[in-house]
Amino acid sequence: MRRSIAMILAIVRKDLLSELRSKEIAVSILLFALLVIVVFSFAFDPETEALEIVAPGVLWIAFTFAGMLGLSRLFAAEKEKGGLEGLMLCPMERDLIYWGKLLGIFLFMMIVEAVITPIFLVLFDFPLWIPELGLISALATLGFAAVGTLFSAMAAHTKARDITLPVLFIPITVPVIIAAVKAAEAALGGEPFGEMASWLGIITAFDAIFLVVSGFVFEFVLEE
Amino acid sequence: MSANAGIAIETRGLTKTFGEREALGGIDLKVAEGECVVIFGPNGAGKTTLIRVLATLARPTSGTVRIAGLDLQREGPAIRRRIGVVSHQSFLYENLTVYENLSFYSTMYDVPRKEKRIAEILELVGLADRRDERVGTLSRGTQQRLAIARALLHDPTILLFDEPETGLDQRAGAFLGNFLKTLTSGKRTVLWTTHRLELGLELAARVIILHRGKTVFEAAGQSLTIAELHQTYARCTEEPR
Repeated sequence: MRRSIAMILAIVRKDLLSELRSKEIAVSILLFALLVIVVFSFAFDPETEALEIVAPGVLWIAFTFAGMLGLSRLFAAEKEKGGLEGLMLCPMERDLIYWGKLLGIFLFMMIVEAVITPIFLVLFDFPLWIPELGLISALATLGFAAVGTLFSAMAAHTKARDITLPVLFIPITVPVIIAAVKAAEAALGGEPFGEMASWLGIITAFDAIFLVVSGFVFEFVLEE
Repeated sequence: MSANAGIAIETRGLTKTFGEREALGGIDLKVAEGECVVIFGPNGAGKTTLIRVLATLARPTSGTVRIAGLDLQREGPAIRRRIGVVSHQSFLYENLTVYENLSFYSTMYDVPRKEKRIAEILELVGLADRRDERVGTLSRGTQQRLAIARALLHDPTILLFDEPETGLDQRAGAFLGNFLKTLTSGKRTVLWTTHRLELGLELAARVIILHRGKTVFEAAGQSLTIAELHQTYARCTEEPR
């Protein structure tokens, strides 16, 4: 168990170090998410009541599409240089590659979201301290990462991977996106925690199902 | 004593198909411990597919494979601990330094006394003074030396080489050739696919020619002259007109 954790952490460390140097994913994700937030903040009048309804959607559009940009590079870069096969040659069960990659992209997306969320709150004129948003983001991002890591590995084997990933990813993650938008709407509206509990329950169930299923089928996805 | 004692690699009726295309058509292969077997064959002969299957990177369609007495289908991680693979791809991370790459793989292979082993292996491939350089800045030849270091890091008993000389210039190719000689003269089992008939014959205890996924020729390396090998290779891999 300790050895498995060491391997997972080594994969995470390797991915973060590599990204820190290349900034290949970080810059594109951050800029894209920022652009979405800024463009929509200009498109809607902050005085109208409609803002409270559309704002959570804007936030999750930014997170979803920015996350997809990162996911599209998650395995593609590894495959181009043979790094994925290097990992597959390591003496371990291959689901550890899944957990390592998942943890890496999860941390990465959370960092991006931690930067984007305050900017969103300022631009859309919400209070800066809404702790529930952190919980919603963490749970929904875990679901994104669980599904996205699997599909990213799948798409890396195809020639049309830039198309394959969104075509697979978006329909499957619709429940998480809807639940996250609804929960965020309640949080931004200052409603009590109970109002968002059922939505958080849906996200948690989604996370649990896809973490188990994806971890189980990942080895078969890796092999051609 | 088991029936497999002394056999490092054994395949029986090994096939691998991709859709309709048969890449391997029933390969029966036995490689003894410490033996160096070189496989020749034209592009598309199935050499890379064979190495990929033996390296547990691809699942065989049918047949049985045993590596170091272990079943390929059920004991993948244990097999991977015993093999080192070098191919035309380096399996390295270009944004990490030489040392960081080896350190990463040391953790993945659970190499004991990591720092000492990395220093040893870098000395062995002549890269001790380049440990802090990023892999992306190294030449193809130097990257391939590092790829060999990565493959030897966990001291595997079986080495699988899939055309490691691809893309190397003469100097880097000569280094690789000389290095392979030191490896094949030791305790390790080596299975090596290549297009370089001269070098292959020089190192091989046994040569095999693969064509269209099938073994079409097999002989002891010492029983052939290079002229005979060229002749046999041309005859065996001739395409029908």
